[in-house]
Amino acid sequence: MSTETLQATAAPAGAPPHPAREFWTYFSANRGAVAGLVVIGLVLFCALFAPLIAPHDPNLTNNTVFLKPPFWQEGGSLSYPLGTDAIGRDILSRLLYGARLSLVIGIAVVALAIVVGIVLGLVAGFFKGIADIAIMRLMDILMTMPSLLLAIVIVAILGPGLMNAMLAVAIVVLPHYVRITRAAVIAESSKDYVVAAQVSGARTGRLMFSEILPNCAAPLIVQATLGVSTAILDAAALGFLGLGAQPPTPEWGTMLADAREFVLRAWWVVTFPGLAILITVLAFNLLGDGLRDALDPKLKR
Amino acid sequence: MLRFILTRVSLVIPTFIGITLLAFFLVRLVPGDPIETMAGERGIDPARHAQLLKEYGLDQPLFVQYGRYIERVVQGDLGKSIVTRDSVLSEFGQLFPATIELALCAILLALLVGLPAGIIAAVKRNSIFDHGVMGISLTGYSMPIFWWGLLLILLFSVQLGITPVSGRIAVQYFIEPVTGFLTIDSLLAGDTDAFWSALSHLVLPAIVLGTVPLAVIARMTRSAMLEVLGEDYIRTARAKGMAPLRVVALHALRNALIPVVTVIGLQVGTLFTGAILTETIFSWPGVGKWLIEAISRRDYPVLQGGTLLLGMVVMSVNLLVDLLYGVINPRIRHAR
Repeated sequence: MSTETLQATAAPAGAPPHPAREFWTYFSANRGAVAGLVVIGLVLFCALFAPLIAPHDPNLTNNTVFLKPPFWQEGGSLSYPLGTDAIGRDILSRLLYGARLSLVIGIAVVALAIVVGIVLGLVAGFFKGIADIAIMRLMDILMTMPSLLLAIVIVAILGPGLMNAMLAVAIVVLPHYVRITRAAVIAESSKDYVVAAQVSGARTGRLMFSEILPNCAAPLIVQATLGVSTAILDAAALGFLGLGAQPPTPEWGTMLADAREFVLRAWWVVTFPGLAILITVLAFNLLGDGLRDALDPKLKR
Repeated sequence: MLRFILTRVSLVIPTFIGITLLAFFLVRLVPGDPIETMAGERGIDPARHAQLLKEYGLDQPLFVQYGRYIERVVQGDLGKSIVTRDSVLSEFGQLFPATIELALCAILLALLVGLPAGIIAAVKRNSIFDHGVMGISLTGYSMPIFWWGLLLILLFSVQLGITPVSGRIAVQYFIEPVTGFLTIDSLLAGDTDAFWSALSHLVLPAIVLGTVPLAVIARMTRSAMLEVLGEDYIRTARAKGMAPLRVVALHALRNALIPVVTVIGLQVGTLFTGAILTETIFSWPGVGKWLIEAISRRDYPVLQGGTLLLGMVVMSVNLLVDLLYGVINPRIRHAR
């Protein structure tokens, strides 16, 4: 009796719960995912309001205060809370501005990869035949190459720089989106609702984008979230190798490359940029895992 | 079985062509032609330029050039480094054992720690150990390894002074290369001091390179074990009164390992990617560092040949894993 009342309050009038509410119930039960979401919110806040919170200009050099330790160490001061780098730039300010770059990199790379990936995946899965074979073979080749090596080769062709690095990473992650879309399209297109739409005269474009695509969204959303973390990590790696964003851009990987030679003298110039990368990437991975669990119908009871 | 092998092997051909195309166009797409690249910033006299273009066959149509390139590749001629004038193939051959030694130690470490951690986490599901393993492995998976390497240097080399900062072996030792693996070669030479030196140089890079594969293997092992432990035959084995350890070790592990083997195979690409970063941090004289240096020196033949060779190594390992997978799991072999 009591369980029945509980169910009645949760889902009034026998209607199934709204998809968004159902999703939130599963999602919010996952503490890691919620923590990831909170951290991403914080990073986003830092990125949006960097000019307001940052105590200094990120590119302002001050040769009177180079390699100053963080405030809790002897010789540190609160005006440079996380210390300064080798040419006296404030590390905290550079990290805050770096958050802008990392989020833009992550989102732009995934946006590019997902748009191209969806189109190629839809074409491959929907038309099959030659188009399918050609696209999927090409994706296999891209996947055979070690990801960073492929990105390095692309950057070597295009020349180093943030835009080229982003393009390179987008090409490297493309196969995942193509494969997911294609698999979902193949699974969906034999279902009754697609046949019904086809019979009622829907054109190919409509069939592809309005009927099939929305039903492939769940795995794509999960992959996109996890893809943001891969993109941030790969772009930082390229920056670290001197092939991504160029100094004095406050990109986290590039900052680490600058800091490398001071590893023996000043631990803080090396520690904080890497910590920023780790925390951001971890947050996106936690969120992605949580989304997968919440959106995957197989795991629901 | 033969049909399975032939299908798998024939799938490699388009991939091989793709990798050669990538390597071929890599040099063609760089702004300026290869002659100008070789001449460098000094520039070159136009008459000599035209003569060299003809000499290298660069005035021919692209597909003819590609045909010649393939012909040379098949004969093992991958060109010469612009900087050292050495053959790309022999430079790769000298440096590759260093990368393999590092990669093997990394994957060994990942397996020795990752497999037991994943198994125990699955058996003791939702325990503190389980949450700990999952938390640490997600952190490892998210780790920017180029930073992780610097942190370990900071702790073990700078603070504690236990391990050397860079290189493969202390400079005073010279070991005649037999296998190319310094740890094994120094033992073969009977020089234990050299062995300890080589080993102490190897520890940090192996940890750094092994971190991501370790995280992936631990997570994969745990989820594969959880799936298998929920199967009916496990319940049957338990109901028969079989010892818990025996159930896990004999019945569950064997089936749980199938997806894990695939994941280990897929880590080869990750290992080479990581090797590029790890070798750069630790000045490890392998092919990763060699390729990065080739970019900064604009040594395109090295970049072209190195990319092709690494791509082919990964391709071959993937093929090998596919075939091995068919051997372990008959269901794959017979599926069409």
